[in-house]
Amino acid sequence: MNNSSLPADEQIHSHVSSPQQLISIFVALLGLTALTVSASTWPVGRFDVWIALGIAGVKAFLVAAYFMHLRYDKPTNSLLLLFSVGVVVLFLGVTLADVHQSEPQVQAAGLPQIPASEAAP
Amino acid sequence: MIAEASSATQAPSRFRAHHFETAEQQYAASKLGMWLFLVTEVLFFGGLFVAYAVFRTLHPEVFMNSAQLLDTRLGAINTVILLFSSLTMAWAVRCSQLGQQRGLVICLSLTIFAAIVFLGIKGVEYSHKWHEGHLWASQYSSGDAASVGGFDRAGTFFSIYFAMTGLHAIHIVAGIAAIGWVLMRSLRGDFGPNYFTPVDTVGLYWHLVDLVWIFLFPLLYLIG
Repeated sequence: MNNSSLPADEQIHSHVSSPQQLISIFVALLGLTALTVSASTWPVGRFDVWIALGIAGVKAFLVAAYFMHLRYDKPTNSLLLLFSVGVVVLFLGVTLADVHQSEPQVQAAGLPQIPASEAAP
Repeated sequence: MIAEASSATQAPSRFRAHHFETAEQQYAASKLGMWLFLVTEVLFFGGLFVAYAVFRTLHPEVFMNSAQLLDTRLGAINTVILLFSSLTMAWAVRCSQLGQQRGLVICLSLTIFAAIVFLGIKGVEYSHKWHEGHLWASQYSSGDAASVGGFDRAGTFFSIYFAMTGLHAIHIVAGIAAIGWVLMRSLRGDFGPNYFTPVDTVGLYWHLVDLVWIFLFPLLYLIG
């Protein structure tokens, strides 16, 4: 907010979200929540998790960009968030690749393993 | 000094530390610090998401069957409540930036109220699972195991369920404390257009707690 009666170094200039913007983001988030609930019943087989993650990703983007003001912030803050998400994706990708590479050998060797679900009747 | 400075909206901030050149620099530094903390939070929850992904890809049918035992309706209601609390939190930041003291107090109170309702619903869900024996690891014991196939490893699913939602609930409790602190300070009239950093940074934390739930809800409640 600009407050002309104060010296410049006492003022903070930052983006103030308008009520219209806050409400429309909230309504969009509600709509996407309804969409993800209904999407869980669609007959898409194994793609359901990707649809769920896609919708959650859009919701996360709306919250981060508008409620968390990243769109109006210094880019440093956005970079930090992207960096942390990137590290989690790397962690996830490498771990899953490793688990699925080694699981057959683990089972073949009869080593202690995560019990196979196929054992269930 | 400003002679006519009487209200918080007019006066220079009492909270500006001497080692910052400008109020804006102090604000930006605080915000960067909060974002650095949020990075560690993302990594913290990230480890649990990786555990989730490993067990789900190894035992997809266990997750599909076990998720049926969660109450989608309560999960969806809690999602809406958290989204609403994010709205009131973002609105609280707006009020503090504009120096609207009453609006700020109302928005922060609504946020805390929504957080408590969220925990209440979570408590209903937890106690229901406790009575049904839908618990973690070897504690899982349920009479309906035979009626629905693939329950041998349901304990694995509930370990992940309780670890993820439990850690999230602890973050809600911490959020209530943090927002309560901001509320107390706002009742004292600390915040205005030239100093609203605590409202903003606590808000960022609260939105992150909301972000985590945005992923937890479909991944736990909406499988299969």
